[in-house]
Amino acid sequence: MADVDRPHPPGDYPLVVVGSGPGALQTSYCLTKLGVRHAVISQDDSPGGMFRRFPVFQRLISWSKPYAPVAKNDPGYEWFDWNSLQAEEPENRNLVPTFMDGSSYFPARSEMEQGLVAFAEGTGLSIRYGCTWESTERTGEGFVLNTSDGDYGCRVVIFAIGTTAPWKAHVPGIDRVPHYAEVTAPRDYAGKRVFIIGKRNSGFELADGLLPWASRIVLASPRPARLSVVTRSLVGARARYAQPYEDAVLGGGNLIVDASIERIERTGENFLVHARATGAGKDLVFEADEVIAATGFETPLRDLRALGVATLMQDRVPAQTPHWESVSVPGIYFAGSATQGATELQRNGVPSSSAAVQGFRYNAQILARHVAREHFGVEVDRPRLSSDDVIEHLLTRATCSGALWNQKGYLASLVTFDDDGGATDEGIVPLSHYVDSSGPDAVAVAIESDPGSDIHPTVFVRRHGRVDEHVLEGHPLNEYRSPDHRIQLGSVLGGLASRAS
Amino acid sequence: MNDEELIETLASFSLFADLSRGEVEAVAHMFTEQWFTVDQRILRQGFSGTGFYVILEGEAAVNIEGDELARLRRGDFFGEASVVLDEEPIADVVAVTPLRCLVLPRGELQEWLMTTPAVTYRMLQAELRRLRAANRWRT
Repeated sequence: MADVDRPHPPGDYPLVVVGSGPGALQTSYCLTKLGVRHAVISQDDSPGGMFRRFPVFQRLISWSKPYAPVAKNDPGYEWFDWNSLQAEEPENRNLVPTFMDGSSYFPARSEMEQGLVAFAEGTGLSIRYGCTWESTERTGEGFVLNTSDGDYGCRVVIFAIGTTAPWKAHVPGIDRVPHYAEVTAPRDYAGKRVFIIGKRNSGFELADGLLPWASRIVLASPRPARLSVVTRSLVGARARYAQPYEDAVLGGGNLIVDASIERIERTGENFLVHARATGAGKDLVFEADEVIAATGFETPLRDLRALGVATLMQDRVPAQTPHWESVSVPGIYFAGSATQGATELQRNGVPSSSAAVQGFRYNAQILARHVAREHFGVEVDRPRLSSDDVIEHLLTRATCSGALWNQKGYLASLVTFDDDGGATDEGIVPLSHYVDSSGPDAVAVAIESDPGSDIHPTVFVRRHGRVDEHVLEGHPLNEYRSPDHRIQLGSVLGGLASRAS
Repeated sequence: MNDEELIETLASFSLFADLSRGEVEAVAHMFTEQWFTVDQRILRQGFSGTGFYVILEGEAAVNIEGDELARLRRGDFFGEASVVLDEEPIADVVAVTPLRCLVLPRGELQEWLMTTPAVTYRMLQAELRRLRAANRWRT
């Protein structure tokens, strides 16, 4: 790679973004629009991040609907296209569906990758490929990133490095079996007894792909399997991987077992998996020809733990504030799927969608605004609203906003009220930050769902520093710009909306 | 904290003292981990949809209208009253140090308690101690 063609040579920059997956692309795009000078470096040689390789069976679990209730040039189309990155220019929006061949509304991996490449090229993002971040130093002013090309000094660094490093649970003998990421073609498992450790999406993806090939499949982990259609959230295996579940519950021969894996023993060509049933404590032994660890991934943090970056989820993901800053090392931020490690309310047990593109693309936009304002003094756009517009503005956001619908219970549309009677559209914000922060009187609306009820808007009103919640009714058509909802919201706001003028 | 350290930590808590290693491991997989910075609220007075929390590291204060009523530490748990009674919390629980917790969503607590009587009994003991302490304080 000729260095003359490569942007962002080593040196000092206000900000450095590490990565070239969707999280990095969206973040860099938004920073550029806000006028924040930054360098982007990536160890890869092209855009795409994890989608240059995964999922192993080459089709995503997030949909992009080529035909939706709104036209593709409508800003509301993003709601129905979970995979495309977002841009102001129409020609750079909704790119993934343009590469889809119509065989599924879940893009193939290659179609997703093409969409990301087209975004990077169409938006003119400037990325230094083939530049590997190797280690990190703290300085008085910020950080130095030591890379394969040299040192990068910066005040702020955003790591968009994915959650793609294979992670295995601590089970004796697990080092002898492949991880999900090392699985070969399904036909390699023809006629074999396959034992899969893990019952999340990656485990079910493997089981689903191996149904036509394996002679018996066992999915095992301590926690009972859950399905997204039951939890009414992204918690649990997605519906398109539900076939192994049906096979097991109908007695088709494949098994889903709730058990802790005690150890894995190699016996000649085969394996013995020793497990203990959850609850009953009964010892179980499974014979298998192949064992696969579908135990998840971790963020490849390199030396960041030693630098003081705190982690959670069994040390796999960095712990972050609501604005995706490390809770323990200020100035280090995360973008992309690692943002699942941020504090969130998780009301009714419903987590964010931050591990997936349809969630973290919104996080990246908010992150860019936050960093631009807090670290570089950039004045971000905050439109004024008239009193007549506040209720309609919030109910329109509740009905149409892809950010609220794809980040249920996590992101909210915020309007603040000034002492002089004005109102301001503060845009989309992390709900967990808003409900715990002080500030002027304000109202935020989020979309929420829980296993026991329908999808509905929830309104959080801050008066004199205290935030109260108000659950609005759902609607069979998810249409909240109704007379009933206007009355409900008006009642909740009391004098706040009429105060704005 | 990796999964081995997490299991060791949980096994040292009185709430899980009667569980086998496999059952403790199941707990580690059922709950999710959350981190809170100083002054962040974990439970909010009057907010619905809250879960059940066990403190892994750090301290939290139980506050009503700004007055601290109790201090919670490593191994303590909270949030169960709101879930079991299906009512909003009557107090804030606020991190007073960096706080690492395990959380179980409200929808899963009942089934877990029904299927894990050893934990339910330990929880009952703790609730009775809290009740006794509150009665002493009142008298």
